Amino acid sequence: MKEHLLGLDGWSGEEILEVLDHARTFRKVLDRDVKKLPTLKGITVANLFFENSTRTRMSFELAEKRLSADIINFSASTSSLKKGESLRDTVDNIWSMKVDMVVIRHVAVGSSHFIARRCKAVVINAGDGSHEHPTQALLDLYTIRERFESFEGLKVCLVGDALHSRVIRSNVLGLKALGAKITLCAPLTLLPFGVEQWGIDVTCDIEEAIAGANVVNVMRLQLERQTAGYIPSLREYSTYWGIHKGLIDLMDKDHIIMHPGPMNRGVEITQEVADSADSVILPQVTNGVAVRMAVLYLLSPRIGETQ
Amino acid sequence: MDSETKFVIKGGRVVDPANGIDEITDVYIEDGMIARIGGKKNYQDRTLIDAAGKLVFPGLVDIHVHLREPGREDAETIESGSLAAVRGGVTSVCCMPNTHPPIDNAPMVRFIYDRGSEAYCRVYPIAAISKGLEGKELSEMFDLAIAGAVGFSDDGRPVTSSQLLRNALLYSKMIDLPIMLHEEDLDLSAGRHMHEGHASGLAGMQAVPAVAEAGMIARDIMLASFLDAKVHICHVSAKESVGIIRDAKEKGVKVTAEAAVHHLILTDEDVVKSGFDSNYKMNPPLRAKDDVEVLRAALVDGTIDAIVTDHAPHPPEDKDCEFAVAPFGVVGLETSASLIYDKLVRTGIIDITRMVELMSTMPARLMDISAGTLSQGANADIMIFDPERKWTVDSSKFAGKSRNTPFEGWELTGKPVWTMVDGQIFFDELS
Repeated sequence: MKEHLLGLDGWSGEEILEVLDHARTFRKVLDRDVKKLPTLKGITVANLFFENSTRTRMSFELAEKRLSADIINFSASTSSLKKGESLRDTVDNIWSMKVDMVVIRHVAVGSSHFIARRCKAVVINAGDGSHEHPTQALLDLYTIRERFESFEGLKVCLVGDALHSRVIRSNVLGLKALGAKITLCAPLTLLPFGVEQWGIDVTCDIEEAIAGANVVNVMRLQLERQTAGYIPSLREYSTYWGIHKGLIDLMDKDHIIMHPGPMNRGVEITQEVADSADSVILPQVTNGVAVRMAVLYLLSPRIGETQ
Repeated sequence: MDSETKFVIKGGRVVDPANGIDEITDVYIEDGMIARIGGKKNYQDRTLIDAAGKLVFPGLVDIHVHLREPGREDAETIESGSLAAVRGGVTSVCCMPNTHPPIDNAPMVRFIYDRGSEAYCRVYPIAAISKGLEGKELSEMFDLAIAGAVGFSDDGRPVTSSQLLRNALLYSKMIDLPIMLHEEDLDLSAGRHMHEGHASGLAGMQAVPAVAEAGMIARDIMLASFLDAKVHICHVSAKESVGIIRDAKEKGVKVTAEAAVHHLILTDEDVVKSGFDSNYKMNPPLRAKDDVEVLRAALVDGTIDAIVTDHAPHPPEDKDCEFAVAPFGVVGLETSASLIYDKLVRTGIIDITRMVELMSTMPARLMDISAGTLSQGANADIMIFDPERKWTVDSSKFAGKSRNTPFEGWELTGKPVWTMVDGQIFFDELS
């Protein structure tokens, strides 16, 4: 097992499956009447959320509570990076409080790497800018596996703003490591440089992308992309890349619909699709807690070994 | 008393491209000047410097450094920067005007000379193209030139206004000092932190495309050609830029260009490998591997005229933070000669003569300063380089005030070991 979870970059399929296997055990616990385990008793986890987050923060917090960890929370909705205390000082202070693990969400690419260099706590990246969001990808993989079991040859269609999406980057890394066949679809203005070298199929044509797919994972379109000039209008995006029933009909009969949330209903996905029987958007949320429990458990410093 | 002003550097391999010299011989120094090279041996009443097995170069000339004084003396001072210079074998530096306040008026130029007169190496100020580096009105170029400015630059920022640049190029033709351009299309670069390429795409980092540099270079070369004016392109980093400059030179446009040490050695992959360490953040950014290869070839074919450090000190208070927040720039004066020797000369990309041309002869000519040669009567600005000396870059031992190097811990072969400026020894690690 790796020392930190800074991203899925460098993770093998085997390492990922180890997390998913453990998550399966924890997922069962979540269906029990008593959902609490003593696994992380005595371990202190700091949740550092420098960027707004509702479900990821709650999901981590719940996972930590289910495992009986002691928790401290730090939330700062800093619109400007330069205002207030520096990331360095915040981390130094938290580290001085003798925490064992740090979960961090921060707008800067590499912020979790920065922390891993600065302190000895185990670091879990809960999203660093547009770079990686590894636990989101792991819960997506878990949810896919719950339905399809094997990734080999599975057709996964990722739709949306790949230029700015950490969810897509981590998903591509994880899905590739597990042998899935990936198609990425977005307007050219929202595709990152060099995407043709990622070893995946890339197309701007949503019909081509989604045809025959087993999984479609739809990304949120940040509303500010229109004002920044990446797309002409939400209306046009919705018309040409929004996922609606007609597109779902092009998928393999055996298919699921995913979205990491929060959704802009009517923009990147219609209500009809989001709430359809094939949608696993809410199971993704449940699975997120189990996957994060597995990550916390596997990365946690063993009290007995360190003392 | 003669031995205090008379020196003989004995038995070193003397490389002076300005005079076509590359031989094992002696260099005689008297009264702060080069008295002669070779000739009848006369070691009497002279201080002997044993350079056997070493290389003897004219002192290096770095035409692109930031000394931060006045305004950011916590990052560097003229004194500390000049000490860093002589420890790197650099005997003349040209310092950029983006100080606080900027070097945009004659008294500021005189201030730099005043402080430089007490420094370890020669310090020549480059003055601003525009008042306050604001890119709106021309600075008083005649006044600045008469005060001693050796060139003009708004470095750190591009001259965005084509009209202002047109006037700057025309006006400076009357003065005949180089206009040194930082090339950047701010529309394409604002808020972006690394080179737009495969590495940035994977990293999800807001990235600036090479065309932000190359596009502006194309505009400026067309302006220079149209006006029959001279332009000097600062820190060329992208392969597209090299192509444009090469073509222009072939067509006879009066364009010269420099490349920075880090752009010749590091790539955007190193940014990712470092875990987004801000010591890998500079402007222009580290480019891709093929850019580095093209840039290296441009050293060989003459498209690039000079190697510079773009020495940009920043204190840890500013640099020790997440990549996106950190200021651009890395230090380089104490590592440039070793890096170029180890990574480009020892690997056979350029030879020693070309190294000295790029780091001493040519930059001195570009700025028209008395340096870059061991001709008889020239200033006794000399460096001795030990091609066998192995050392490890340790920023805690830098003489400069700042530690922001991407080469920390690098094990290098070859090192400046002795530096003389104006007949005085300011650095001696010979033994």
